[in-house]
Amino acid sequence: MKKLVLFIPLVLFLVLGYFLYAGLYLHPKELDSALEGRPVPDFNLEKLEDPNVKITNHDLKGQVYIMNVWATWCPSCKYEHPYLLKLARQNIVPIYGINYRDEREAAVKELKFKGDPYAMNIYDKDGRLGLDLGVYGAPESFVVDHNGIIRYRYAGPIDMRTWNETIFPIIQKLKQEAVAGKTS
Amino acid sequence: MKSRLFAILAGIALVLGVSQLANATPVDTYQFKNEANQKHAMELARTLRCPQCQNQDIVDSNSPVARDLRMEVYQMVDAGKSDDEIVQFMTSRYGDFVLYKPRLDSKTYILWLGPIALLLLGGLIAFIFIRKQRGAVAVEEISDEDQQKLAELLKNR
Repeated sequence: MKKLVLFIPLVLFLVLGYFLYAGLYLHPKELDSALEGRPVPDFNLEKLEDPNVKITNHDLKGQVYIMNVWATWCPSCKYEHPYLLKLARQNIVPIYGINYRDEREAAVKELKFKGDPYAMNIYDKDGRLGLDLGVYGAPESFVVDHNGIIRYRYAGPIDMRTWNETIFPIIQKLKQEAVAGKTS
Repeated sequence: MKSRLFAILAGIALVLGVSQLANATPVDTYQFKNEANQKHAMELARTLRCPQCQNQDIVDSNSPVARDLRMEVYQMVDAGKSDDEIVQFMTSRYGDFVLYKPRLDSKTYILWLGPIALLLLGGLIAFIFIRKQRGAVAVEEISDEDQQKLAELLKNR
């Protein structure tokens, strides 16, 4: 019994050490999304290129897609942009852009000069849709299933690694679900 | 001498002034319906954390997200929404993270109850330790032989 007691400090040290070590690999900037598992919030916003055309959440429904929050003022979006273009060329899923708190002219110009990976662009001037999506910075991406439910949220620029390791597997799974859902 | 004192005081005033500036919170031009609403909304907003700049509340932060959330809180208070509704609005979008005071649920039991458990554990250890000590200090009887020796020593003095 006495000898066991002597091991208590060692055990405490190991427990503390474990938590501190695990803490090194936590990313406090990555927050859980409260929206995963919930439908895309209702919106009715102008198309980026044409203020007369309105887009609602019902227009997007029916297939697996990605919503990508971006803006011209956001440096990480510029970093992400070439990869999005590449994804758009592969034509795996449509990418819908949410132009977040931006200026219409600047955004249209940027897409014209640098290429446009987006199937459609929603102009969220006041950040209202962004607020409903729990966006706290750009870029952020949401993977939505064929029922219009947000299944995954990724904060930060998509690159090859995050695409291959995280996002693409989710999309493949959701596409299978969509096929199964349609036939049954 | 006097001028030196003045210089020191001026220096202190300057430092205080600068630090005041550094603490300045953003000023919004939102017009509340009445002062009670303003006071209440500010208090509520102070309990909500900015999702972007993580160690500031949404009143304190300059970031656009914090501004939006702040405005949202102000408007909802003015619209007569209850605190619960407002908090629900925030957590349904940004998660429990925005609450400075975490909720009591299965994820946070260790956070809320941990200190109490540690206190009890510490108390228990202290209790056992003290009891043991008390046993150890018990007076030892002197043997007859020693008693005799002692008496002799005292006699020979």
